[in-house]
Amino acid sequence: MSTEAHEDRISSVSKKFGITPEDYMLPARHMINLLNVDGTLREESDQGTEPGHEYPLPSPAELMDAYSALAVGRRVNDQNSALVRQGRMAVYPSSHGQEACQVAAALCLEESDWLFPTYRDTVAVLTKGVAPMEVMTSFRGEWHCGYDPKAYNCAPMSTPLTTQLLHGVGVAHAAKLRGENTVVVAMCGDGATSEGDFHEALNFAAVFKLPVIFFVQNNKYAISVPLSQQSAAPSLAHKAVGYGMAGERVDGNDLMALMAVMRRAVRLAREGNGPLLIEAHTYRMQAHTNADDDKRYREDSEVQEWIAKDPVTRMHAYLDDAGLLTEEAQAKITERAEAIAKKLRDGMNQDANTPPSELFEHVFASKTTQLAEQQALLADELAREEA
Amino acid sequence: MTATTSHVNPNVSDATARAAAKAATQNQPVTFGKALNTALADALVANDSTVIFGEDVGTLGGVFRITDGLTARFGSERCFDTPLAESGIVGMAIGMAMNGMRPVIEMQFDAFAYPAFEQIASHVAKMHNRTRGKVDLPMVIRIPYAGGVGGVEHHCDSSEAYYAHTPGLKVFTPATVKDAYLMLREAIDSPDPVIFFEPKKLYWSKEQVDLQVLASDYEAKRAATTEGAARIARAGSDATLITYGPSVSTAMEAAKLAAEEGISLEVIDIRTIVPFDDETVCASVRKTGRAIVVAEAQGFVSVASEIVARVQERCFHSLAAPVLRVTGFDIPYPAPTLEKYNLPSAERILDAVDQLQWEA
Ligand SMILES: Cc1ncc(C[n+]2csc(CCOP(=O)(O)OP(=O)(O)O)c2C)c(N)n1
Ligand SMILES: [Mg+2]
Repeated sequence: MSTEAHEDRISSVSKKFGITPEDYMLPARHMINLLNVDGTLREESDQGTEPGHEYPLPSPAELMDAYSALAVGRRVNDQNSALVRQGRMAVYPSSHGQEACQVAAALCLEESDWLFPTYRDTVAVLTKGVAPMEVMTSFRGEWHCGYDPKAYNCAPMSTPLTTQLLHGVGVAHAAKLRGENTVVVAMCGDGATSEGDFHEALNFAAVFKLPVIFFVQNNKYAISVPLSQQSAAPSLAHKAVGYGMAGERVDGNDLMALMAVMRRAVRLAREGNGPLLIEAHTYRMQAHTNADDDKRYREDSEVQEWIAKDPVTRMHAYLDDAGLLTEEAQAKITERAEAIAKKLRDGMNQDANTPPSELFEHVFASKTTQLAEQQALLADELAREEA
Repeated sequence: MTATTSHVNPNVSDATARAAAKAATQNQPVTFGKALNTALADALVANDSTVIFGEDVGTLGGVFRITDGLTARFGSERCFDTPLAESGIVGMAIGMAMNGMRPVIEMQFDAFAYPAFEQIASHVAKMHNRTRGKVDLPMVIRIPYAGGVGGVEHHCDSSEAYYAHTPGLKVFTPATVKDAYLMLREAIDSPDPVIFFEPKKLYWSKEQVDLQVLASDYEAKRAATTEGAARIARAGSDATLITYGPSVSTAMEAAKLAAEEGISLEVIDIRTIVPFDDETVCASVRKTGRAIVVAEAQGFVSVASEIVARVQERCFHSLAAPVLRVTGFDIPYPAPTLEKYNLPSAERILDAVDQLQWEA
């Protein structure tokens, strides 16, 4: 691309907002935050918005849908943690405390849009529409991801950090070449932003001007390592400007702000303005996984501080005060959450029972001679064991 | 076209001119590089989903010119340059393949594919398995590899073992001009990801091949698929040289020299390291009773080691001598002035032949 074209691209979006390219790409001076921790609406002057960074409030219907998914997400997190304690599931990286981020990441998308989640993003995957037991397949110790990514437009939850961001870039690129208007939300954690693929993905998306929203859940820790040891940047959102895309910070425990920021990001991306980087400030309320001991690296008082900022109680308070959350509506939501929790309990209490012979079936589209031989060898061993 | 503007003799019809031009190209030997270039062009024509990208593959046509003219002919949406980032190239290709495309990507040199290793080993190789067969990754990673061209450090690695060791990757390496065309077409049409190793030293090698006939046979499916089929490059009866890629020509040279001394060597070109053709290899060794594996890569824990093990397991009772290896030494690839000491030579192969415990 010529230098002129490059400058053109940046100025076209900034012109739209009547601001300089730098002001478009740099995050607003304060993070976007619409609700106080007690669920009251913040003063407009206090919301962090500024010219070029304006966020209209989501509609009541939108907020009710989002709250419903949020309550379900919390129930699912806690049910899964219980199943791990009962030995019914191998491992679970809970997103307790981060559910608002997860819900917003999925709800801002159309069905035909793609989500690229990490191991932490069970609730986002569920919200994207993947069936509960399918989502949990890999955590119960199965060898596959449990769902058909193409049926849900949702990639397998990625374990190798930030590798999936590039896959999201590729999906968006393929769609763009075919003239399809697909938007991609590609997720990662704060620690993961140090990985090389984070840089490569953001750079590729910006250079090819692809509709990808990089959504970073800054939960302050990468297992035990605090953010201060990952990055010296003023904020993770500030990294956007280095790639020539817009960045924004948002309160990741404020579902209303998240919905507003993500919806606008999706709209901008879909309109052809290229990628965006959104950093959501949140907190990992539990240990990294059930196998981790977070007492070794953080004070309990720090965790306690974040209880007051809980995304579920905050949104509940707002909707309740606004008279939107009737008893009937709340009952419906609880019923839905309990139904999913039951599905998980029933499913996890059955053994997986995958035939070991299937381990050879999907290495390639069709089995090689050598794999067929090894499959026969294992079958023979099993037959002799049974006899 | 009027006689005044035509360069062609106006008495000759256009059709005759075209036929004459075609006959002329048929008589021209074709280079290995041109065969690859034509395979890429034909694949772009054959399937709208085919896209080519990498470093300098657009305007420049690649540092080895394998993508020469493709951007001009097919446009920059079908063949384009990316930012300099190998993991990014492979990672983006994965996403494109997940979403209906058939990416054919170029790593500029063997050693520069290493930054992409995580994407290749953790995702390219495993996506199909991880999704229980729901997601195919029909993508080709082209890697110019191996030495013999006076290349400097990081430009001459034989890195095939890393990939062949990784379940879920197919690994092809052509050794003839015909195979360069055919195997690249097959790799691009494969539902599985293929690591396509191109021996650099063969890029300028020439053969009398009619690419048009090859293309129409391939597209009409007149020829059976050659994936997983080793090729008997030279028939013989006394011992078998098992080899691939850049070492095939060296093995052929050794076989020619041996023949002058009355020793008949069979040369087998593996062609596809994965899937591996045990049948053809073992049939030959059972027939000759002696075998040497020749490969340019360092020998320790190598593709050559694997072949030796497989032959020994399957042909033990037919063997008259231990299966030997002639490979590169276990040293970092040496500087241009010294590479000749490292590369398996015909002489080194013949020395190994001498050691095959021939009866006095
Ligand atoms: C490439 C890679 N390196 C290391 C790991 C091991 N690992 C798993 S999660 C994790 C921490 C990631 O932290 P962050 O990105 O902040 O996400 P969070 O777990 O907080 O959601 C590490 C180091 C990994 N999965 N992948
Ligand atoms: Mg983190």
